[in-house]
Amino acid sequence: MSDIHNPDAHISAGHPKSSPDQIRAGHPKSGPANGDVIIDCNLHELYYGQFKAVRDTHIPIRKNKITAFIGPSGCGKSTVLRCLNRMNDLVRGFRFDGHVHFQGRNIYDRSIDPVAVRRHIGMVFQQPNPFNMSIYNNVAFGLRLNGYKGSIAERVEQALRRAALWDEVKDKLKQNGLSLSGGQQQRLCIARAVATEPKVLLMDEPCSALDPIATRRIEELMTELKQRFTIAIVTHNLQQAQRVADETGFLYVDTTQGGRTGYLVEYGSSQQIFQDPREEPTKQYIRGEFS
Amino acid sequence: MATAPPPDAGQVPDPFEGIDLADLEKSLFRPRNLFGGILTTLMFVFTIVALYPLFSVLMTVIVRGGREISMALFTELPPAAFEEGGGIGNAIVGTLIMVGLASLISVPVGIFAGIFLAEVGPESRLATFVRFSAKVLTGFPSVLAGVFAYGAVVLLTGGFSAVAGAIALSILIIPMVLLTSEEAIRMVPSRMREAAIGMGCTQAQVVRSVLLPTAFPGILTGIMLAVARAAGETAPLLFTALFSNNFVGYTSLLPVVVALVAMCVLMAMSALLPWQPRLRMLLNLGVVAAAVAGAYFFVAAFEFMEPTASLAVLIYNFSASPFENQVRMAWAAALVLVVVVLITNVVAQGLSPKQVRR
Amino acid sequence: MSTVEEPVSARPPTAGEYAANGAFRWSCYGFGALVVVLLAYIVLEIFRLGWPAMQERGLAFVVGTVWDPNRNEFGILPEIWGTLYSSLLGILIGSVLGVAVAIFLAEGFVAAGVFWVLSRFGLQYTRLWSHFPEQVETFVKTLIQLLAAIPSVVYGLWGIFVVIPAIRPMCNWIHEGLSGIPFFSTALSGPGILPAAIVLAIMVLPIITSISYEALVAVPPKIREASFGLGATRWETILGVLLPTAAPGIFGAILLAFGRALGETMALAMLVGNSNTLSLSLFSPANTIAALLANNFGEAGDREVSLLMYAALVLLIITLVVNILGSLVLQKLVVKEGKR
Repeated sequence: MSDIHNPDAHISAGHPKSSPDQIRAGHPKSGPANGDVIIDCNLHELYYGQFKAVRDTHIPIRKNKITAFIGPSGCGKSTVLRCLNRMNDLVRGFRFDGHVHFQGRNIYDRSIDPVAVRRHIGMVFQQPNPFNMSIYNNVAFGLRLNGYKGSIAERVEQALRRAALWDEVKDKLKQNGLSLSGGQQQRLCIARAVATEPKVLLMDEPCSALDPIATRRIEELMTELKQRFTIAIVTHNLQQAQRVADETGFLYVDTTQGGRTGYLVEYGSSQQIFQDPREEPTKQYIRGEFS
Repeated sequence: MATAPPPDAGQVPDPFEGIDLADLEKSLFRPRNLFGGILTTLMFVFTIVALYPLFSVLMTVIVRGGREISMALFTELPPAAFEEGGGIGNAIVGTLIMVGLASLISVPVGIFAGIFLAEVGPESRLATFVRFSAKVLTGFPSVLAGVFAYGAVVLLTGGFSAVAGAIALSILIIPMVLLTSEEAIRMVPSRMREAAIGMGCTQAQVVRSVLLPTAFPGILTGIMLAVARAAGETAPLLFTALFSNNFVGYTSLLPVVVALVAMCVLMAMSALLPWQPRLRMLLNLGVVAAAVAGAYFFVAAFEFMEPTASLAVLIYNFSASPFENQVRMAWAAALVLVVVVLITNVVAQGLSPKQVRR
Repeated sequence: MSTVEEPVSARPPTAGEYAANGAFRWSCYGFGALVVVLLAYIVLEIFRLGWPAMQERGLAFVVGTVWDPNRNEFGILPEIWGTLYSSLLGILIGSVLGVAVAIFLAEGFVAAGVFWVLSRFGLQYTRLWSHFPEQVETFVKTLIQLLAAIPSVVYGLWGIFVVIPAIRPMCNWIHEGLSGIPFFSTALSGPGILPAAIVLAIMVLPIITSISYEALVAVPPKIREASFGLGATRWETILGVLLPTAAPGIFGAILLAFGRALGETMALAMLVGNSNTLSLSLFSPANTIAALLANNFGEAGDREVSLLMYAALVLLIITLVVNILGSLVLQKLVVKEGKR
């Protein structure tokens, strides 16, 4: 709370400037401990205006794994996820204290362009949000944005195939993306996100607006996509986390300091978190004693 | 992404492939950032350019009109050619009379028709026609309202008059009051409406005791904006009320103005006070005052059957005048008009409830 | 506990209540119908008064280019041209500025800028200043609305004494350099198309800004997020996603403003020059139908009144066509979106 009035504290990065050493630190060969960590999120404190939303959350996200964030509503799990590609920068009054290393490079460094970060770390949102344009153009949007030189049609098809949507829409690519059903819209959004080949895909409760069948499709899709991408997912559905996630982090709300501040209670492999949780809040939550 | 990796699904990607870490660097000179910076600057300049006329108009009107402010301005008659001094008293009086008369004609029509659209028959076939007519009338050139009133009133009664001017103005006020009333009444949460219906209110009681009091601030905003706009209208008055160098209806004006002002104050107060019973009492008082003023107006209407001066027409007539003194009077009239209109607008927007204003 | 009194017994509405309700409903229907009748009456009345001139002159009135009572020749083609030309020009300037301001306000540039300035001083969270960004934004919105409040006759006065003297040297300089181009083929001697169009642009700007603003704000935030999530910059988002999504609303705003510009009278009557000229030049004096009416009605005789009524009818038809066309196009766009 001390640096609220510090004018320079808008985004205070943990490391002033990343050195070549730090870049190498994220490389697979640099050490076995964090060898395959693609994003290393080390969040110290996070504010919206004067509201301290999250504190002390350290989550490593491993390559080609699905990492799930679970926890009761309002614990800041979406907030943490949105930190990973600097979506929170759009919120006025947002302040981040800590660092997020992507491939060994702190993305909260002053020299980093948040827009460039988002091109490498894609995002799928809670509500399906296709643009008001044709299915084809929805997927091609990101490609055009990046000035892609090759055959856009090929890449669109490939992305739609990866999102398991191609067979359903191949005859109506010119139709408006909003004409699809909810589950199809969400897969369209996934296709749009994977078309530009981001390294990491962040998914913010991607199934909460969908029915069980559509949910199952998306879950199958995630397990396929992790061959190629790294996925971080926020979910309020414990079964879902258990089904798809390799690693799980549990966040909980701390109300002791006044206000509701989220923090990471426990992080580990999904098996460990669900079979053998160590912390008391995790145990209670897994048992379903609160939600 | 600078270099997209080849689309081969089978191969597990190396995390470093396709990422040029220097690519993450912030740079103002990258085309898209430069482009954004230029556009942002351009937008800023455009906004300044768009707002500049407001300041320019206000400054000119205040500087050139402010010099003429004196007691004589409000009491004396406009100067003839080569004459010094003078005022715009009869134009102020004439504008008040015509705008007052026009509001008395148009506000009841607008509110009742608005209630009709929002509550009594929103789905009826008549409503489609009413809505269409109101939309056409809002986009209606004001000069045509004057042309119509010329044909329908001036030719019929045999002369230019304040009544003809008021009728022309009310054509412009009706659609605005109608559409804002409809919107304000629709904004009333349906649970409030249903509660009243559920207690066995007749439709008239629902409207009077629930819908109107709740929608009142919105309706009042609409009325004030419409009346302020009418006060500045010139074209409809040019060939209905014409102009006059005499005071018209001066003797009968005072009580009418008092009644109108009282009505406006009461209505504004009732909109600001949240307590329901008091609000309804004030609403009733306002309606009574309006009725009294209205009755008086119509009784005294014979006094208004002659050409009448107005601020707007005075500005128009004197703007092209070769005589310095008359041009000065035009600026003074512009100042009076702008001050009244802007104050009305600011007050109206202050009254407007949040959900209407957004 | 107070003693239990006789309970309030429910009763059906009294006859008086029924009567009041009936009267209320009938007056609502009546006043509603009155609005429809009023519009029909206006159209018929103008038609009736213009009818003698229509019979006498026919279409020659619409395509004639001379207005000369002495030679008994009357034509309003220059007025029709002037009306369309000045309105189009005004709309062009007005939409560029109006949409720009709408984007500026809807995308929170103003509030973000103020917040940034405050944060330089560390004031952004103090009680006194924390709402300042929103207050400034609301203030700018109010100012734009006030532009619409100023009476057109005051704009006319301002145009005569401020705009014309201000732009005249520049216009004449352009004319001297580029007189070969038809748009600059005459000098600006005072009133003319360009000053009229500039003032028109200012007058329609608030309409365009407020409706475009609503359309931009109505774009769901999730669409905005999707674009940012793909790594689009703020301006790529605005141009690539927000403007296309809000396009029907912005288009509607421009059409509505066009209708207004066509019917605007006083500012044009004071600034356009009232000269029966048919010219492409921006600096040439011209005339519009509305200004023709305003200038000639006062001292018109019976025959001229009929001619002017015919001109009014032409104006009525032009504005009706634009307005109805506009609402049809809008409706079509809305239906297309509704189907999705």
